[in-house]
Amino acid sequence: MVSKITLEVFRYRPDQETQPSFDSYEVPCEKDWVILDALNYIKDQIDGTLSYRWSCRMGVCGSCGMMVNGEPVLTCATFLNKFLPGPVKIEPLEHFPVVRDLIIEMSDFIGKLQKVKPWIVRKEEKSLEDGEYIQTPEQLGDYKQYSMCINCMLCYSACPVYGLEPEFVGPAVIALAQRYNLDSRDQGKGEREEILSQDDGIWQCTFVGECSEVCPENVDPAGAIQRYKVAATNNWWKSLLMPWGKSE
Amino acid sequence: MFKSSRFPIYYKGHPRMFVKDKPIFWWALKWVHARFIIRELTSVPVAFYAIILILQIRALSLGPEAYANFTNWLKTPLSLSLHVISFLFVIYHSVTWFNLAPKAIVIRIGKNRIPGLVITGLNYVAWAIFSVAIAWLFLNLDNLM
Amino acid sequence: MDNFSHDVLIIGGGGAGLRAAIAVAEINPKLNVAVISKVYPMRSHTVSAEGGAAAVIKPDDSLDHHAYDTISGGDWLCDQDAVEAFVNEAPKEMLQLEHWGCPWSRQDDGTIAVRPFGGMKIERTWFASDKTGFHMLHTLYQTSLKYDPIQRYDEWFVTKLIVDDGRCQGAVAIELATGQVQAIAAKSVVICTGGCGKVFPFTTNANIKTGDGMALAYRAGVPLKDMEFIQYHPTGLPFTGILITEATRAEGGYMLNKDGYRYLQDYDLGTPQTEPVLRSMELGPRDRLSQAFVKEMEKGNTLEGLYGQFVHLDIRHLGEKKINAKLPFVRELCLKYENIDPVNEMIPVRPVVHYMMGGIHTDINGATPLPGLYAAGETACVSINGANRLGSNSLTELLVFGARVGSVAAEFASNQSDYTFDMAYESITEENHIKNQFFKEKKNQERIADIRKEMHKTMEEGCGIYRTENSLLASQNILTDLKERFSHVAIDDHSRTFNTELVAALELSNLLDLAESIVQSALSRKESRGSHQRTDYEKRDDENYLAHSLAYQEKDNKPRIEYLPVTITKWPPGERVYGR
Repeated sequence: MVSKITLEVFRYRPDQETQPSFDSYEVPCEKDWVILDALNYIKDQIDGTLSYRWSCRMGVCGSCGMMVNGEPVLTCATFLNKFLPGPVKIEPLEHFPVVRDLIIEMSDFIGKLQKVKPWIVRKEEKSLEDGEYIQTPEQLGDYKQYSMCINCMLCYSACPVYGLEPEFVGPAVIALAQRYNLDSRDQGKGEREEILSQDDGIWQCTFVGECSEVCPENVDPAGAIQRYKVAATNNWWKSLLMPWGKSE
Repeated sequence: MFKSSRFPIYYKGHPRMFVKDKPIFWWALKWVHARFIIRELTSVPVAFYAIILILQIRALSLGPEAYANFTNWLKTPLSLSLHVISFLFVIYHSVTWFNLAPKAIVIRIGKNRIPGLVITGLNYVAWAIFSVAIAWLFLNLDNLM
Repeated sequence: MDNFSHDVLIIGGGGAGLRAAIAVAEINPKLNVAVISKVYPMRSHTVSAEGGAAAVIKPDDSLDHHAYDTISGGDWLCDQDAVEAFVNEAPKEMLQLEHWGCPWSRQDDGTIAVRPFGGMKIERTWFASDKTGFHMLHTLYQTSLKYDPIQRYDEWFVTKLIVDDGRCQGAVAIELATGQVQAIAAKSVVICTGGCGKVFPFTTNANIKTGDGMALAYRAGVPLKDMEFIQYHPTGLPFTGILITEATRAEGGYMLNKDGYRYLQDYDLGTPQTEPVLRSMELGPRDRLSQAFVKEMEKGNTLEGLYGQFVHLDIRHLGEKKINAKLPFVRELCLKYENIDPVNEMIPVRPVVHYMMGGIHTDINGATPLPGLYAAGETACVSINGANRLGSNSLTELLVFGARVGSVAAEFASNQSDYTFDMAYESITEENHIKNQFFKEKKNQERIADIRKEMHKTMEEGCGIYRTENSLLASQNILTDLKERFSHVAIDDHSRTFNTELVAALELSNLLDLAESIVQSALSRKESRGSHQRTDYEKRDDENYLAHSLAYQEKDNKPRIEYLPVTITKWPPGERVYGR
């Protein structure tokens, strides 16, 4: 006998209603089911109108982040039976406008990512004929952690600063900027610092540290931001004490 | 087409998005957030102590009598309890700060990154040394002068 | 942007699509290039590839070696001129990605590290730890952000190609956030929408891999090439299709049937030893392992689970210490996504569909027979993969043919005049068509999930690892029936805002067309070659079938098959020898 569990799912249908509500669905609770499997069961068998994003079901595409009992998680990596006897509350990621049901509006993140120039900036490009840039495993290790970000945006849901100040660039974007800053092939640190040391940049972070706690890839955005602050402060002192010197 | 504003304008049938307001007491709903707010609040006792220091200098400049009055006030239960609270808050701030230090500081020796625990530990060691030094100075100040 | 008119429109924002977009922007920055995708680009399935990407870099390797491995692996169905171009441009493309910041794994001296992969003599697989596809996709995506001419339609679902005046001039798409149906004009259109693994029930493919681009081209009159060739991986998790890597068997894992018997010994794959032996038993070739599973299932020796038949992959005897040291990723996958600890439990596995060798018929530059329409990546069939793709060629293929297709599409667009169709008319007609198809109350309403399930079942049973005339004919009949039933599909969700049920219906309609083309192609090819195994025609037949199949959609929506000879340059067909 398979046990059952009730899901209380956040519903918002802008075509029909102005306020959200919760719908309850009873689903089987298989041992190998994750929250996402339960949602798929609802969509296929009970209510085709339930809307959410998903794709790979193996924690790498970053589509299926939601609030489960108030915590931001990837629903493909969160087992259902953990919540027995239930009920489980499923809501869209916090701090984002909700387009519909469990789907949030994410163009804010997309725009901010572009703003910090997440690409290799070079004063002079090396030609392909000259082969690869030399990068030792240690140099790779300097930024590797920050390159693991899957853009799932759980960290934005965990960050109270972003919840209060939507202009804040936010954890993942700063970690990705840092990913390029720390890459031995990159020379764009200065350009990025100009953007990130502005009011809505790194200094908004008050170091709650929750972004690193919820990150499914152990990117540690909190660490990235604090290191950024240290570097920016150093540069500020350097430019103050040695205005003739070149800042990095 | 994406725009970086929070509410992009769509061409037709712009979706009415639902935005949840953050309740005033949002920070009380989760322990981690409460912990964070307490940490932010530690700035209040620090400010309190700065004011005490200013008042102390003022009393000193007004003469021995005023200073004696001030030190008498410092001995009242109210003042003592405020000091104890400030002390606890400052300890809380320092401990959380030291625990966070390894996030901000990355030191390498050769190929290896120094583990976070070592960095935290070194911070505590430095803290202890400074505290002992200040205590020693305080207890022996009279002898030195 | 606001006038929905572009020089180049790229459908699909995965590895190939983004590479193509960058190529257009670099070749001619004056061109206006748009990428349209049903998901945000970094969600594309390129992200899931683990292994690596092949390109010759070692001094003891050579382009000819890479070409030969590819061609023999493909059972001589590859077009050899295309393979030569591919291996030739591969190293340059991989280096280009390095210059754009891809975190390739390195040797101690800081040069690129390469590792060996199945079917290769010399190490030539570039990798970024065990997340190569992820790093490639994010590098391409982030790099694409620096090019101003690249515009994006994120989360728009393309429903139709617009063909006017004898050339492809754009597409009609639904903006998912608003439900708006909009025609988009372009001087050239490139399809990079990936494969269609979701035709089958058990697949490593993500939910989004529904072959949308293949169906778009097919319906526009472009033939689909070599659709009968479908690559399986022998050890996937039954429910999720998550891959359990070959390394699990290489470290000494056993494949066991329901009696706990190492059944591979019954299929001419050697005698069981305690320690793993190369090319024997569990380390036999992938397709032989998949085939053994089917035979074992027919004997009734497999286990029955919630999601169908499976066997066990047992690594418990390796012990926790060795599993943690050698197979941490496998343990993590099982723990995190399947709720199984392989230290104490056997892993349920079965063969799963992994990759489509076939796809939209293109020439060596990615051009289809329809002027103005191009394709690259898994959705296209150039063909370099022949009857069976060589491991770690697909990621490289994205780059090489993404770049090639970008440059030819850019050139074509530069020489075209403006679009000739009526944009408002196309938009409204398609919107009405969709509404009529899905939003009307119908008698005998059908559910999407039911039809999808039956399609899965019949494709698995009739067109799976082994095929026969009878099994294929049965599938063909069921598919005809399912298409009829699909016309009765009505969806619960009638709203404009992010209607995912509508998307699922449109995807299913694509899958049904593709399933038909696969079955028809498999039915016509009366031989066994590479991944296409007919039990009624067990031998390869070079006399009649050293040729690509081309499936055209006829007026009655049925496929018609033609053949196109394979291009041979310097490697005459030989015996395909496993585990050289």
